[in-house]
Amino acid sequence: MSKLIEQPRYSCALGAQQSIIAIKRAVPILHSGPGCGDKINRLLGQGEGYAGGNTVPCTNASESEIVFGGESKLGTVIEGAFQVIDADLYVVLTGCTSDIIGDDVAQVTSRYQEQDKPIVYVETGGFKSNNYVSHETVVKGIIDQYVDKFKVGSHKIKRLVNVFATIPYQDAFWNGNLEEIKRILEGIGLTVNILFGAESQGIEEWKTIPQAEFNIVVSAWAGLEIAEHLKNKYDTPYTHFSYLPIGGLETTKFLRQVVAFGALDVDYAEAFIKKEEEKFYMHIERMADFMLEFRYGLPRRFYTILDASYAIGFSKYLLNELGILPTKQFIIDDTPEVFQGAIHEQFEKISEFRSAKVSFSIDAGAIQEEIRKDEHKSRGLILGSAWERDLATEIGADLLIVSVPVAYRLILNCGYAGYNGGLRVIEDIYGKVLDTYR
Amino acid sequence: MSKINLNASEVQTRESRLGSITGFAGTAGELVGCARAGTLKESERSFSQCMGCSSGNAFCQLSMIQDAIVVNHAPVGCAGDFFTFNFVYRVGQMERNLPPVIGRYFNTNIEEQDTIFGATQKLANTIRTAYERIHPNAIFITTSCASGIIGDDVEGVANDLTEELGIPIISCFCEGFKSKIWTTGFDAAYHSIIRKLVKPPEKKSNKVNIVNFWGSHIFDEILNPLGYEADYIIPFSTTAQLKYISEAVATIQICPTLGTYIGAALEQVYGVPEIKSPPAYGIAGTDQWMRELGRVLDRQEQIEALIVKEHERILPKLQEYREQIQGKKAYLTAGAAHGHALIALLRELGLEVQGAAIFHHDPIYDNGTTTSDALAHAVNTYGDIPNYNVCNKQAYELVNVLNKIKPDIMIARHGGMTLWGAKLGIPTLLVGDEQLSFGYQGILNYGERILETLDNKEFVINLAKHSTMPYTKWWLDQDPFSFLRSDLNVKTY
Repeated sequence: MSKLIEQPRYSCALGAQQSIIAIKRAVPILHSGPGCGDKINRLLGQGEGYAGGNTVPCTNASESEIVFGGESKLGTVIEGAFQVIDADLYVVLTGCTSDIIGDDVAQVTSRYQEQDKPIVYVETGGFKSNNYVSHETVVKGIIDQYVDKFKVGSHKIKRLVNVFATIPYQDAFWNGNLEEIKRILEGIGLTVNILFGAESQGIEEWKTIPQAEFNIVVSAWAGLEIAEHLKNKYDTPYTHFSYLPIGGLETTKFLRQVVAFGALDVDYAEAFIKKEEEKFYMHIERMADFMLEFRYGLPRRFYTILDASYAIGFSKYLLNELGILPTKQFIIDDTPEVFQGAIHEQFEKISEFRSAKVSFSIDAGAIQEEIRKDEHKSRGLILGSAWERDLATEIGADLLIVSVPVAYRLILNCGYAGYNGGLRVIEDIYGKVLDTYR
Repeated sequence: MSKINLNASEVQTRESRLGSITGFAGTAGELVGCARAGTLKESERSFSQCMGCSSGNAFCQLSMIQDAIVVNHAPVGCAGDFFTFNFVYRVGQMERNLPPVIGRYFNTNIEEQDTIFGATQKLANTIRTAYERIHPNAIFITTSCASGIIGDDVEGVANDLTEELGIPIISCFCEGFKSKIWTTGFDAAYHSIIRKLVKPPEKKSNKVNIVNFWGSHIFDEILNPLGYEADYIIPFSTTAQLKYISEAVATIQICPTLGTYIGAALEQVYGVPEIKSPPAYGIAGTDQWMRELGRVLDRQEQIEALIVKEHERILPKLQEYREQIQGKKAYLTAGAAHGHALIALLRELGLEVQGAAIFHHDPIYDNGTTTSDALAHAVNTYGDIPNYNVCNKQAYELVNVLNKIKPDIMIARHGGMTLWGAKLGIPTLLVGDEQLSFGYQGILNYGERILETLDNKEFVINLAKHSTMPYTKWWLDQDPFSFLRSDLNVKTY
């Protein structure tokens, strides 16, 4: 199988720097070559946030560190970071240079850990994995080297949950998605450690990770490792919902799964679900005449070129709630083989009446060639990245940019998860379509 | 400084070739003094933030050659800048009425086992697939820290596949760790082009090479009346066009930091004269540059007439701007030569330049002549500049300086820096098009933008009110150069 990548849509292991930046008042410290942080930021960042982008401390490895080792340089940069950057948590991440030459980063960092400094290190040399995988490694690193110190006893706080739902910045809508997931989980009676973004309490929230009654993983595969780790470490059980829930049907299914797993108060939860569904379907119903009568101009089939969690979530929603048919679905997150079967199954029974073809490839240049060869009789919709702009024009499709690089849209708190996200999807797709009329 | 050597597969870094540095604090006059006395030495920062790297700058030039493609031999993270360059490429196509085409770039996806067994096979396969997919007229290979450290024989693969595929496959060595001065990446790209693409001249053309990024085409109106044609390189050129740049009558660089290597290489190897005056910024600078252009192109009389005409045209408007701007204080951050040029420009407009953070300093360019020293020109023409800091994009130093100096306006040439002015409530201006300020009209263009920025304060004032600051209070109270190691050997430091 081809390993080359044309049109990259994710980053290398060091891309997990963005996961750190997504934690309130946390800062990554890169022990890497110059340029790494900037390139990651160019692909995954939109805005430098509190202390990302140009603020990120970095050893900027030069030839002398490659030859003589970069441990002492790392030491001075860490010390400088403590003095200069006002942060609650510092996470040392290695790049290709230091991992290939074999700097002992653990030894350097542990000096400061022994002084009780809030600092963690993780090996994220670019070649080691991608940022989906290293996100898990980095979160586990923070738990093992930092959170664990604050663990008091083995008691659990009733109704407290940790949510591992999305890879910040890799999911361009991470902030909005996490806000909505937290909102709906609180709606059914939980207290939620959302851990990243505006609705999180930052590092104080992380400290209560061990006390959670259970964990919730909302993702096809990335994040499961963290939940497994917490199960082994703190005996915290977890429930896994294997895609992003979008819209009325799937969000309700998600919430009911959580209610059942956590043995929550069913009446309380159902009351919330009922209210949310009523609201959601009231909007759909209000617009149904438009959506039915305007069909001549609407996309009738869609491609997804997305990661697995998004691909399944969107496919289910677009088919079952908006009546747009799936053509072939392309999954571009380098899904490990062990998870591919389960994803195939999801597409196999994407609706009661239908299944959709799915393929896994990291080379989106090849994916685009494949799509070009299809027959394009009716108006299509592509859910992909900014790379799909020309393709969409060529085949006369509408394009909703959902995956990085997003480039042609700016995202603040927009999210596509949950009930609110489902409505937002409709606004965004139909907004694109209507905008093509003159 | 060494002569251009096209036999070497790799270009020497700016540090070793030109003695360039990335750390200095003092006045501009002092820096020029050290540079001329040969006493300039590099200093290290014990604390540093993310910089850029050579591979990005090399890619910046190679990624927009119309009929070539780039294979980046690296882990996928190094391809993080593919789309941003594609974006710029598309914007430029639109401005030039070129058909919209996506940039075709490939990453070899170096993984863990490749760091043990090598990845040359992967590189060869990627090049073959890319060739099959696109059939370009040339393929450039850019290297990375990983491919460099594991020691892949990239040059060997390039040579083998040149033979196999029958098009130039050209290696460009731009490993990030090799140079602290990321503009070395420009040199690497030019080295690879001159070495493997440019042909020896067979005749002289009436073309003038313009070494630039992706700015507007302002040279047509200067050169066409003189009977010459501007040939804009490298972005948006074709491989066929690049083959014959050795036949041009002269080379102009929009910015010597960008074009030092290619300008000198074309002159040394193929006898194409390089316009060595600092680029045309400010009235005095533009006069000087125009005269040098007239000399090289043998059009002195026409140039003198043009100078008179242009002075008449712009001076009244310039006077108007000066009166409005007079007494305002500015702070500047930019790359080297362009930063120097902007200093001249700002002063010409009547701004007091309180200081500058310039990304690196080349004490001399590849042409070996001090005539090209734009900073010396700025100092000699307009006087010294205090708070002159050579700083490779270290935001923490910048925010500290700005907090102390509190200028009326901050000017930035590169993205990622304006935020720190704005968070402190200082109006900031980012200028992406380097041609905007070039020549006589450029002074007026710039004046207009500055007046707009000074006038438009509402956003920054409100932003400053609601902003958080990731820098500690302790740091903001320190000397901005506390982390610049004091064991410097620079006499005047």
